[in-house]
Amino acid sequence: MQIIKTSVTRIVCLLIITMAACIPSKAQTEIDGIMMAKNNYCSGIMYNYSSWDQYWEGTLKRNNLNLGTVSTSMIAYMGNYGISDKLNVLFGLPYIKTKASAGTLHGMQGLQDLSLWVKWMPYEKEFGKSTLSFYAIGGVSVPVSDYTPDLLPLSIGLRSKTLSLRAMADYQIGSWFATASATYVVRDKVTLDRESYYTTQLHNTNEVSMPDASTVNIRAGYRTGRLIAEAVWNKWTTLGGFDITRNNMPFVSNRMNASMLGINMKYNLKKIEGLSLIANGNITLSGRNMGQASTLGGGAFYVIDFSSKKKKEKTSSTDKK
Amino acid sequence: MRKIIIPILLVAVTFSLTEISCSKKIQGRTDEAPMLAPSNVDINAGTWKPVLLTGPTEFPVPAPAAVNTPGYIAELNEIKGYQKSLSNEQEKKIKYWGAGSVLRWNELMRELVAKYNLPPYQNPDGTYPFPSAANPFAYPLFPFANPPYSARAYAYIAAAQYDALVAAWHYKKLYNRAAPSKTDGNVKALLPQTELPSYPSEDAVLAGVTAEMMKLLFPGEIAFIQQKAEEAMLSKIMAGAATRSDIEAGEALGRFVAQKFTARARTDRAGAAAGTPTDWLALETSATSRGEIPWFSLEIPKRPPMLPLFGRVRPFLFDEATVVAIRPGPPPSTSSQKMKEETEEILNFIKNPTSETIRITHFWADGVGTYTPPGHWNAIAAEDFIKAKFSEVRWARNMALLNMALMDAAIVCWDTKFFYFNPRPTQLNSNIKTLTGIPNFPAYTSGHSTFSGAAAAILGYIIPSRAKAYDDMAKEASLSRMYGGIHYRSDCEVGLVSGKQVGGYAVLRAQTDGAD
Repeated sequence: MQIIKTSVTRIVCLLIITMAACIPSKAQTEIDGIMMAKNNYCSGIMYNYSSWDQYWEGTLKRNNLNLGTVSTSMIAYMGNYGISDKLNVLFGLPYIKTKASAGTLHGMQGLQDLSLWVKWMPYEKEFGKSTLSFYAIGGVSVPVSDYTPDLLPLSIGLRSKTLSLRAMADYQIGSWFATASATYVVRDKVTLDRESYYTTQLHNTNEVSMPDASTVNIRAGYRTGRLIAEAVWNKWTTLGGFDITRNNMPFVSNRMNASMLGINMKYNLKKIEGLSLIANGNITLSGRNMGQASTLGGGAFYVIDFSSKKKKEKTSSTDKK
Repeated sequence: MRKIIIPILLVAVTFSLTEISCSKKIQGRTDEAPMLAPSNVDINAGTWKPVLLTGPTEFPVPAPAAVNTPGYIAELNEIKGYQKSLSNEQEKKIKYWGAGSVLRWNELMRELVAKYNLPPYQNPDGTYPFPSAANPFAYPLFPFANPPYSARAYAYIAAAQYDALVAAWHYKKLYNRAAPSKTDGNVKALLPQTELPSYPSEDAVLAGVTAEMMKLLFPGEIAFIQQKAEEAMLSKIMAGAATRSDIEAGEALGRFVAQKFTARARTDRAGAAAGTPTDWLALETSATSRGEIPWFSLEIPKRPPMLPLFGRVRPFLFDEATVVAIRPGPPPSTSSQKMKEETEEILNFIKNPTSETIRITHFWADGVGTYTPPGHWNAIAAEDFIKAKFSEVRWARNMALLNMALMDAAIVCWDTKFFYFNPRPTQLNSNIKTLTGIPNFPAYTSGHSTFSGAAAAILGYIIPSRAKAYDDMAKEASLSRMYGGIHYRSDCEVGLVSGKQVGGYAVLRAQTDGAD
């Protein structure tokens, strides 16, 4: 386990993945085995661009000449504060803009959902050159603007309030590590602007019951205090919902699934203490009722130390830096 | 610090988890509709003017057996047998259908329309397949329940239901057989009781007429609707509202009446409404010869126009010549300054949509995968009719008036659209991106506006206290098409007026059908 100030940046990669594919951003905040040191606040800006021209209509992969390429740009402000070395609070707030390259549909833009996370490391133990740690993570997300979730795939999000609970384990040996986590996402009902909709039956209400979702996330790579390079595999599974019918539009309570593979890099600059740069990219391997998105992004984060002592980059007793 | 924070967080998380899980339940607005308890059973509705029937006795209903015959007593025992041990599921069905059969059939119709309102996917060569009534299960499923198709389907069902109930009411009064719960004190009345005679059963009439109509309108759903019909009829036996013979006589009457309507539907020219490539080309050259820019499909690949010959379908409220006579005058020329200004106005609406213009656009969009604008007006009407405590026959009459107005509005609007063949705003200025899908037919006049004008006119007559509200809704529905980037102002304003004119014919009928 390593305590690194800019860990919050990690939020982003999955955040982006999910958004590109129209899954709400909330789920994937701190999903790595890194904690901010006590009284340190790391924050920064992240930009991502994601696009797809193939999507899964149910399980059928197809294109849509009336959409062309659907792209999503996101700029997000994110922060992570260390209440203690073992307890961090994180947040993220993205602004999103969507566009279709063909057809006549209008793109959408706006502030999406505010995510808040609490990350707790109750267990950390050293075994010779390696360290094992466990985490419990809880998060909520709430829409912060009145964007519509009812113009998919151009909506900027699904507009469901969510609650996520995650269990995570991290193992580090020397400069190499692996992290695995599983998340359950409880999703609140969504309100539409119309008074009726059809799923597999007609609903005469503006409220949509949202199926819950789960994610599994596995990441591994090289990690020191200066540089992190990792590969990430993530699987988002909607626990219920229905398939898009033939040539229909997507709907907010569709069974959206996706598995994605990506890489993340983070580098802490030597010249400017506290500043780090990150870059990420990922592709969608398989999916259902979602676009096959590819994403590229980057960002910059900076750490401020509010503690009296100088310990911006505090490392734990087991630091392998 | 952690000692305090962790328990607080745990409590907060648990609390919000419970909160969110509890809010997963959603309820439809009519799920808990009150049991139908009409303020007036309209005992003389057998004298009301039918739509197609020559009179209420066109299809005879034999006299029922006396209530003291062994056969009838056996029927009462069937009811008692069910009532001895009703399951939760059976009680739910009694309650569901107890809210009113016209209401529930109307909702089921809306469900089918929403399910089938999907444009077919193109062939590999860029042409489009057409659904086939002969093979409804092959892709593309039959029918494509687009707005004109569904307006007609709603109208046929509603008008047939109305005629069948007029006939039923005639025989109810004639034979005057009391409901089983009135004849036998041991039969419980699980639904509100009225003085309405139970032979033939109005619920069975509606089940029979609707199931029979499905053979024509939604042939892929005959099995589904038949199952609902059985459920509706059995629920009335279980509720002590009708005996087996009430049901059987009602279902048979319903099916006979439906056949009269399906016979009309087979010859109303809707079957030819898709037209042929020659027809499509003729529409284009007609516009060009007048010096106008002709409409073209904005879909990729270009899709043939939606039911271009629907304007020739035989209306219910007036004749074909009237369709041409009340066709609105031409839209501004595509080369005129006026058209330029109207296009500019839509561009300005669409440049910076607000959450309010998006809300209004989506509230009224009723596009692909929905029950269409006619379905939306049925939903609006149904919720008000519930409050009005109409009898089933008055429910049917009012739904028939509304849906005949909507179908005839579709005919007049489609006639206008394809007579002028006017392009959409996006065709004249490709910078106009829309907040909902652009329907695949010409702009002038707006279908939403025409439907809404017609619906508001007849509904305002039926429930005068809501006339202003309907009018406001119609205006907003009309405006929503400008906010969405779908229509020019002329399309909407003229469509609204034209729709009101069509609605006026429904009002004329309502004033003279003997019900008011």
